[in-house]
Amino acid sequence: MGCRCSSSYLEGPVQNTSLQNEGRRALMGCLLAAAAGIFFCEAATAVSTSRRAVHYVAKWKGITFMTSRQGLGVGGGTPYGFDVGDSERGTVLKGLDLGVEGMRVGGQRLLIVPPELAYGNKGVQEIPPNATIELDVELLAIKQNPFGHQQYIGKVKHAVFHTQKAARKRVVVSTEENVVASLDLRHGEICGYCHIFADVITLSSGGSVLRAWNLPDGQMVWESTLLGSKASKPLLLIPTNLKVNRDNVLFVYGNGFIHAVATIDGEVIWKKELASEGVDVQQLIYPDGSDTLYAVGLLGLSQFDVYQLDVKSGELLRHYNMLFPAGFSGDLSFVSDDTAVAMDSTGTALVAMHFQDGQISFHQTDVSQLIQDFSGGAVILPSKIAGSFILKLDSSVVFIKVRNDGKLEVVGRLGHADAVSDALSLSDGQQAFSLIQHGDGKIILTVKLSNDWTSNVIEETTQMDHQRGLVHKVFINSYVRTDRSNGFRALIVMEDHSLLLLQQGEIVWTREDGLASIMDVKASELPVEKDGVSVAKVEHNLFEWLKGHLLKLKGTLMIATPDDVAAIQKMRLQSSEKSKMTRDRNGFRKLLIVLTRAGKLFALHTGDGRIVWSLLLNTLRKSETCENPRGISLHQWQDPHHHALDENPSVLVVGRCGHTSDSAGVLSIVDTYTGEERNHMGSVHSIAHIIPLPFSDSMEQRLHLLVDANGHAHLYPRSAEALGIFQRELGNIYWYSAETDKNILRGHGVRKNCVLEVSDEFCFDTRDLWSIVFPSESEKIAATATRSLNEVVHTQAKVTADQEVMYKFISKNLLFLATVAPKAVGPIGSVTPDESSLVVYVIDTVTGRILHRMTHHGSQGPVQAVFSENWVVYHYFNLRAHRYEMSVIEIYDQARADNKEILKLVLGTHNLTSPITAYSRPEVFTKSQSYFFTHSVKTMAVTSTAKGITSKQVLLGTIGDQVLALDKRFLDPRRTINPTPAEKEEGIIPLTDSLPIIPQSYATHALKVEGLRGIATVPSKLESTTLVFAYGVDLFFTHLAPSRTYDSLTEDFSYALLLLTIVALVAAIFVTWVWSEKKDLQEKWR
Amino acid sequence: MDKGKAVMGSARRWAVDFTDNSTSHSSRDILDPPGFTRASQEQDDSAVSKQKKDAEANWKSQKAWEVAQAPFKNLFMMAFMMWMAGSTVHLFSIGITFSALLQPINALRGVGKVFEPYKDNKVDLLAPKLVFIALNLVGLGLGVWKLNTLGLLPTHISDWVSSLPPPQDVEYSGGGIPL
Repeated sequence: MGCRCSSSYLEGPVQNTSLQNEGRRALMGCLLAAAAGIFFCEAATAVSTSRRAVHYVAKWKGITFMTSRQGLGVGGGTPYGFDVGDSERGTVLKGLDLGVEGMRVGGQRLLIVPPELAYGNKGVQEIPPNATIELDVELLAIKQNPFGHQQYIGKVKHAVFHTQKAARKRVVVSTEENVVASLDLRHGEICGYCHIFADVITLSSGGSVLRAWNLPDGQMVWESTLLGSKASKPLLLIPTNLKVNRDNVLFVYGNGFIHAVATIDGEVIWKKELASEGVDVQQLIYPDGSDTLYAVGLLGLSQFDVYQLDVKSGELLRHYNMLFPAGFSGDLSFVSDDTAVAMDSTGTALVAMHFQDGQISFHQTDVSQLIQDFSGGAVILPSKIAGSFILKLDSSVVFIKVRNDGKLEVVGRLGHADAVSDALSLSDGQQAFSLIQHGDGKIILTVKLSNDWTSNVIEETTQMDHQRGLVHKVFINSYVRTDRSNGFRALIVMEDHSLLLLQQGEIVWTREDGLASIMDVKASELPVEKDGVSVAKVEHNLFEWLKGHLLKLKGTLMIATPDDVAAIQKMRLQSSEKSKMTRDRNGFRKLLIVLTRAGKLFALHTGDGRIVWSLLLNTLRKSETCENPRGISLHQWQDPHHHALDENPSVLVVGRCGHTSDSAGVLSIVDTYTGEERNHMGSVHSIAHIIPLPFSDSMEQRLHLLVDANGHAHLYPRSAEALGIFQRELGNIYWYSAETDKNILRGHGVRKNCVLEVSDEFCFDTRDLWSIVFPSESEKIAATATRSLNEVVHTQAKVTADQEVMYKFISKNLLFLATVAPKAVGPIGSVTPDESSLVVYVIDTVTGRILHRMTHHGSQGPVQAVFSENWVVYHYFNLRAHRYEMSVIEIYDQARADNKEILKLVLGTHNLTSPITAYSRPEVFTKSQSYFFTHSVKTMAVTSTAKGITSKQVLLGTIGDQVLALDKRFLDPRRTINPTPAEKEEGIIPLTDSLPIIPQSYATHALKVEGLRGIATVPSKLESTTLVFAYGVDLFFTHLAPSRTYDSLTEDFSYALLLLTIVALVAAIFVTWVWSEKKDLQEKWR
Repeated sequence: MDKGKAVMGSARRWAVDFTDNSTSHSSRDILDPPGFTRASQEQDDSAVSKQKKDAEANWKSQKAWEVAQAPFKNLFMMAFMMWMAGSTVHLFSIGITFSALLQPINALRGVGKVFEPYKDNKVDLLAPKLVFIALNLVGLGLGVWKLNTLGLLPTHISDWVSSLPPPQDVEYSGGGIPL
């Protein structure tokens, strides 16, 4: 059971505070500073992805009023199916949902359902209010999703422990993925039903939306919109002795205004503009018991400004400032209510600022005075220790105390620390904080008290997997041990974004939250199962197999005892070998290789979703040569299928050292079986395009062309053989680049070797061939889509109802490109329909020929598109109709349409399969149609199958974080309002103005893939089935069969029954044969 | 010679004439049994058998014609069944069609056997055979026509094109929006 709150735009501060409803308890006053979001928290959804089928008879006072058993056929009516947790959405009776919990298949239960779990105090039709009903339920089947749903939260930015209450201990965290979650401290699970007697106040959208949430169920208590003119750093201040009543206010600084907001209902009591003078307000201070609110900020990094405001009215009491000519660098660090510290602009001196009663005083101290061997590069670490701060130097950490007169004093020094936690107030008024130091394969956690810098309260050493990298953050929490001393637990955020809880030198739990930020996915095969199964094993299996099928047969013939049914269930569970580490016949077991934002590769098993291996790539870690590394994409490097079968498959990880397009790229090749890095190349040329070529060498390594920012194409792998292959195909290789800033689409060809200082035979010059310039006043490139390189198309013909043939125009070199009017780039509703238009193109990228162009007037982005076979489906917003719309374009080949002579085809003297060149002037015609669509779409994908025979489904990632599988049949431009009988027979659906959303077609069922970002489809060996992996903050995996599983028997298929039938038939044939022989003989003797 | 003549003419008690003046029975050296009259017998026999043989030939040819025309009745039967089966593809219509196809084919394969009993020197079986074959071919045609109306014959271009893989591109192009 999980409940987690997440948001789409999260940029402000968040504070977690306990607003006691009766005001009996003082607030926790803990601070989750500078992180927040719009939180939406759905009432707990079930993690279990099972769907249940039941037969039920609903009775009230012995009268059956509803049943699933009535109906045609021997077995009665259709069983009733529902997903676990459906009752939360009100689609199924709560009593039924809860009542089948824990039931086994075949079991029967009589549920007595109280009215609150049934029809409530209103009643429904013939059922009177407050009726207790009886449900006679038989559980027929439970369908489990193979890998299902995994919930992650992302890299933790802030954490607040909630351990005071006797209830289950929690930690509330907010993450970089815009999630606020409460984690069970014992197991690290996301918990929904956690009874935190606290509310969460969040500030989001750049400090303009303030919301209060009730944590147990994620209900929003109130919301206020705080308007302002100027964007500024959002701040949130909650007074320390807050009680929930009208007089209690909290203060928010955002958009240039200070707002006082009532905590009970979110009403804005007063607001005051401060930003008019350009002051960057850095802190709001509200000293206990005073009526003055201080707002402290900097103007232009050299003037220190203090505003004093009246708490009740917001009136500006005083404003004073002082110029610091040398200037500051970086933000202010506040060590107390009236003292702040900052570095000066040279980075060599510390300035303590003291402000009180209209007086500001600066005390400048050179760092070298405090620290003898100072050599520059000092940084103030935010730590919130009263009266002190921590200065981080190159090789050590120094604790500096600020005295009342502004003098600084070094109180302690440590070798080095990799992470320092915020100060934690202990019950006896002391403050504790912790430091983390790295050792050889382990980490050392040290907890110190702020009044005693030299000794350690705790020093614990913990072994750490080196694949987790460095410690990035640490949060501590204290608990009282049985001997009444303070114990500490530490929540640690690692470099790979994983989250660990340390207690007494042990890792209590870990969470792989790096998986919440997946950048790219590739599927890899598992190793082939090795031969060498012993005879005994086979016999055993055979016996088991027969026994199992006999049991199943008994089940089919309804003569199974309850014990047998249990045995059948057990066997079914055992026989599901879904988590084996070898390939299966149907190709369902695979490894999903995912690259996360932290630069870590994970291999997930499709069977059960477990992590098979993980690898923190050294090339994607911060180093001197590579300051801001980040992964870009994953590519199939080696995929042995035909020969070179003793080679392991591998993936190519492409990354980049900076954020600009000319920063150096990093490459690394990782074996997908073992998870070992086979080869890596750091800081190569820049990478602007990665073009996997449709050629592979004798080792089945795919050739890749990496185009750098200067337009040079670099060939990989760098081997003579690859070069040979490439040079043979040189004339036929092209590349294009859609320059969104210049609004140009350029096509290039690859030429001879490039001329560089150092000769490089793997580097090729490219030349411009063509370019399409889009008019910058009316069009701006919004989206592109191309066909997937690995897509298999079964046939080139589309057969219509009258047995005519339309030839699909199938080319890998087609590009779909959508442009929107530059004015309409903003959010929906920012332009009028007349100002906005959407233009779509289908372009051949070899010749630059525009094959199709269409304008949608009054439409605007965001445009999502998917290209498959000969069609494009795209999604956009229609401003005139005020609705989302989806359109389809199908491209057909006119030049081949004349191929109508059967004789030629029979004899094979046609040229339909001979390779075609883009220079042969393709004559195409297109068909298109548009439909309304209710949902906003985040991402789109299309199902892919092994041979491309199965019909397609378009997978839509909806704004509600669900995956909707929409049949391509609905997106068929040949749909008409009144299809002819022949067209109906062909399967053409009558045209409707909007696309239907059938609840059953949600691939995610009732689940949400929180923060959905992408959908990947992988073909399985079974033609009917495609594997779908949806990722966002959560991960979701399922099998989809767009045309049902027509090529395999169901798991429940009774082979024994089939065998028995065959045996019986053979016996019958034999008996009748003997019988007829006998009769014949008798005839002859007569 | 005279004396002999006198003897013969006056006082001859018996004489056996060894000259065999029979022409027809010259070959016969064994006498027919007493009471057996060959002449009448042989004369009768030949007449009757000739008569009989003609009747049989007639009968055979009649039968052969009957056999030859048998498929004709069948045709109507088949046609009716096909009409009943309708033009949609399902088990019944396919069964009917295939039986309509198999029956003539089997009949054609066994043309010799069917007309074996009616083989005779005097009967000309060619015409019935031809009629038989023709009628069966008509039946076969009917079956094929039915197969076609069911859409099971690859007579459309679509039946031949569907299995063709799409053509390969000569050129290859990749790229996109710069990363």
